[in-house]
Amino acid sequence: MRTADQPFQFVTASYLTKISNCKASNLDELGKGIEACSDASIFYHTFQNLSRHHFLTEGYSNDFAQWVMASCNGHALAEKLASLDIREYLSLGDLRNDLRRAIVEYCQAHPHGALQPSFEPFYFLESLELSVPLGWEAWSLEQFRESLERLSNASFHFHFIASRLRLHLRTNDFSLWFQTGLGLEELAQRTNRIDIYTNTLVSARQILMSFIDEELSR
Amino acid sequence: MSSIPPGPRMIQLDGYVPLLGASEVAELRALASRLQGRTVQMVNSTSVGGGVAEILNRLVPILSELGLAVRWDVVTGGDDFFEITKAFHNALHGGPYTKPPESFAVFLAYTEQNLARLSMDAEFTVIHDPQPAGLIKARRHNSGHWIWRCHIDLSKPNPIVWGFLEPFVTRHDGAIFSSPEFSRQLPIAQYLFYPCIDPLSEKNLELDPEFVQATLERFQIDPKRPILTQVSRFDHLKDPVGVVRAYQSVKRYTDCQLVLAGGGAKDDPEGGAVLEEVRRVAAGDPDIHILNLPPWSALEINALQRGSTIIIQKSLREGFGLTVTEALWKKKPVVASAVGGIPRQVIHKHTGMLAHSVEGTAYQIRYLLSNPLIAQRLGELGHEHVRENFLITSNVKRYLTLFLHLLGQC
Repeated sequence: MRTADQPFQFVTASYLTKISNCKASNLDELGKGIEACSDASIFYHTFQNLSRHHFLTEGYSNDFAQWVMASCNGHALAEKLASLDIREYLSLGDLRNDLRRAIVEYCQAHPHGALQPSFEPFYFLESLELSVPLGWEAWSLEQFRESLERLSNASFHFHFIASRLRLHLRTNDFSLWFQTGLGLEELAQRTNRIDIYTNTLVSARQILMSFIDEELSR
Repeated sequence: MSSIPPGPRMIQLDGYVPLLGASEVAELRALASRLQGRTVQMVNSTSVGGGVAEILNRLVPILSELGLAVRWDVVTGGDDFFEITKAFHNALHGGPYTKPPESFAVFLAYTEQNLARLSMDAEFTVIHDPQPAGLIKARRHNSGHWIWRCHIDLSKPNPIVWGFLEPFVTRHDGAIFSSPEFSRQLPIAQYLFYPCIDPLSEKNLELDPEFVQATLERFQIDPKRPILTQVSRFDHLKDPVGVVRAYQSVKRYTDCQLVLAGGGAKDDPEGGAVLEEVRRVAAGDPDIHILNLPPWSALEINALQRGSTIIIQKSLREGFGLTVTEALWKKKPVVASAVGGIPRQVIHKHTGMLAHSVEGTAYQIRYLLSNPLIAQRLGELGHEHVRENFLITSNVKRYLTLFLHLLGQC
């Protein structure tokens, strides 16, 4: 059994949702709102959306895209916004810039559409994150798998998805520990490639467990 | 002021493990471990009846089991007090306020009476709705943490009533709303707590299929043919006549039945009139079952929902729409109006179908009756949506997180 120098510490996260005083009633206002809103708001509508609606794998994966499609009938812009993969971003500022740029460019190309009232307003909300250590730790892959199996979705999301912003790396807590703690480079890479958009948190975890089982059976 | 001891029901936190998994319950315990012995006071205006009391009846015992020192108090007052607060309630929803100006003095006098009887010394005080809002006067030098939990739609309040209540509300540290649509611009922090259901309550617990079958038979509903059901009180805003029209349209294509199950028609003159109108539009169709049920019919409502093919909620206006939440939890395909909090629950074509008219409602019902696999998938995803967002345990988690946030831990 391979043992790491440092254990993997399992943590869970709980989120408090704040209602900001900002809302948008057309695409132009959405662009301005994205420019002005807090990082916590960008997080809520993109990263955290993947937790709240993880069971939906067929719709748009962020709230902005969903609203543009459902309330503004802007399918092309919605597709553009949905195509921004949060795995590519190490800071919310960069993600905000790309979201805003896509909307501004669309509004410049479609000035009438930019001011057309939406069916429903878009409310900018914010996530306040509270992380709590679960008191579980793993020194080996076997122990890690055991804990992974009983992890909550919130904890899995914290380590696997939200971790990018904390680490400022294009990876996640699990892959980082596989790589640096256990020296399992291939497992780290395979884990990092699990598609978080076409999987639910439950199915993503099952895939990860199957990768670990393969590794353990070698 | 009467005080209600925590723990009136025997359901333990571990009772949720089979439904939610051990990890979700463990997470609540982990969050609560930082709040052991902290005092919490919940204040509302009734201990029985109504959605707020229903939520507190579960929330208080669970928080107590998690190690917080929770107390639940109810404000008291004469009939005049509750007539005024009922008028406040309607006015905050945007209606006119017809009470005389002296009514505000009556409200304040009862508030003083309650303040004299009550010790407001908890570390966290949660004031539910407008009736106890004046209790904030007990707060001295920003002591403790005070939160106003608004269960109603405050987006377009009557300015006279809101002008009176706003100074009380804005002395709190924050306000909680059930949906962003129900909030308004305030100088204090605003938090989003979705309303919730208790999966172990009589309204929602899993039922023996034989009981479901027996309930349908008791009401002479044929379990072999599709059953469309709307559960709501007989009120114009729930549009029961529109539901009958939609059913009549569907019936041209599919042999189905309609159940309109609700209450409120006996003691509410308007409800009685609506019921009569529904009966007139139903025109003696034996496949339309109009059930005016007493308030203690939770198990029957549960069985009717579980026995239904499709649940309808064709409201013209709606609060959050907890009957939709209940139906989604039971994995039922839902066709509902895109009003109030319903679109937060029914994500069109993902967790149900939204409609904006009688014709749209009828079409979506026909579509789901013709595509049972899609209907089943919507029901399953709807169940997951409720599991993630609208259960009492999610509400407990939000309160714990809020208390920790107020202590500066996030």
